[in-house]
Amino acid sequence: MDMKIISFGITKDITGSFFLDFNAGKNPVSIAELKEGLFDKFPELRNLSSLSIAVNNEYATNETMVNSQDEVALIPPVSGG
Amino acid sequence: MNQERYSKQIKLKEFGLPAQQHLQNSKVLIVGAGGLGTPCAQYLNGVGVGTIGLIDDDTISLSNLPRQTMFNESEIGLSKVEILSQKLAAQNPATNFICYKKFLTPANAIGIISNYDVVVDASDNFGTRYLVNDSCVVLNKPFIYGGLHAFEGQVSVLNYQGGPTYRCLFPETSIPNNIQNCDDNGVLGVLPALIGTYQAIEAIKIITVIGTTLSGQLLIIDTLSQSHFKIAVTANPENLKITELKAIYAVPECRGNVISIDAATLNEWQQAGKKISLIDVRTPAEFSNTQLPFSKNIPLGDLQIRHSEIDLSLPVVTICQTGSRSKQAALYLIKETDAKQVFNLQGGLASII
Repeated sequence: MDMKIISFGITKDITGSFFLDFNAGKNPVSIAELKEGLFDKFPELRNLSSLSIAVNNEYATNETMVNSQDEVALIPPVSGG
Repeated sequence: MNQERYSKQIKLKEFGLPAQQHLQNSKVLIVGAGGLGTPCAQYLNGVGVGTIGLIDDDTISLSNLPRQTMFNESEIGLSKVEILSQKLAAQNPATNFICYKKFLTPANAIGIISNYDVVVDASDNFGTRYLVNDSCVVLNKPFIYGGLHAFEGQVSVLNYQGGPTYRCLFPETSIPNNIQNCDDNGVLGVLPALIGTYQAIEAIKIITVIGTTLSGQLLIIDTLSQSHFKIAVTANPENLKITELKAIYAVPECRGNVISIDAATLNEWQQAGKKISLIDVRTPAEFSNTQLPFSKNIPLGDLQIRHSEIDLSLPVVTICQTGSRSKQAALYLIKETDAKQVFNLQGGLASII
């Protein structure tokens, strides 16, 4: 089942849209595994110096498990001022 | 304090005269007098913050005007902090302004920030953001982060009462930063005003101890859909343990004027016997492996403590393997030392050997 992912900042430019349905291959999946899946599909994400991930509006760690009901957000730093 | 001037604020029951007095006694440093810094300064000045510090070495340019509306076309080329403080002083003559016509650097950050209660990070590049963070952690000062990308803005209160820091939001990794700095990205004129004003509100809340700050929360505003997202962030205790600054923070490429030269030009100069200081900023191991004649090895990370070893009266040429580290070194020398002419060997040693 597809997972709902929202992409902020430059990740929106990389994934091509704010909302993204992503098949993580398994359910539930750890953030570390999800990141690898996303990196494979969108290799430019790998080049970001920092990329934080939130699950249901809370910062997650690599070990956090997510399932298809969760809302995942990609949060890169933004430099503009 | 002129109570009539602030009567609408004093009238607020959550605020009152005590909060107004807190503002009057407070000292706020705004790092960056650009898109975020000008609206933030404008409102902190308006509400009656007693002392406002403004630090920025930038000058006003035409492409600033859509979002930095305090500045006029006739002021292009003039110092941002000077013009901004003049205008703010006319708006509120009681404010004490301290202008620093320079960029925040590892050499001046601790000394400057230690004079303030609250810092507003209105900078436009990652190096300065990590420098503001680390300085505030070292000095135990809260700061208000604001950042922009296209139609989106981020705001948070950091290093406040044991809460998260910028390094908790965005851990620094060894991957070179390839998210654009400075003015490189597009931005709609009105967005910085919105985010800078949010930063001002958070500063006021910290100073007057009203409401709930954005500490522990990253607010992301998407103005295209008018959606607000509040993301809970937890502090990583390791990030609160910083006790000193790093030697070097990335200097954005939009600053300073590094002139690139190619291998052929360097070769010509050497053939002609042109006197230069040729500085190789690679690691000692790389240097011992291959090196150019008459080059001196000062690794990039040692530059801050060892730049006095360079003869700055001569044109300086920085070199490394590919031209990337040497560009950082060249920028550092231009901004932080008396070097007059600094050239970076584009393509690095890889383009010669």
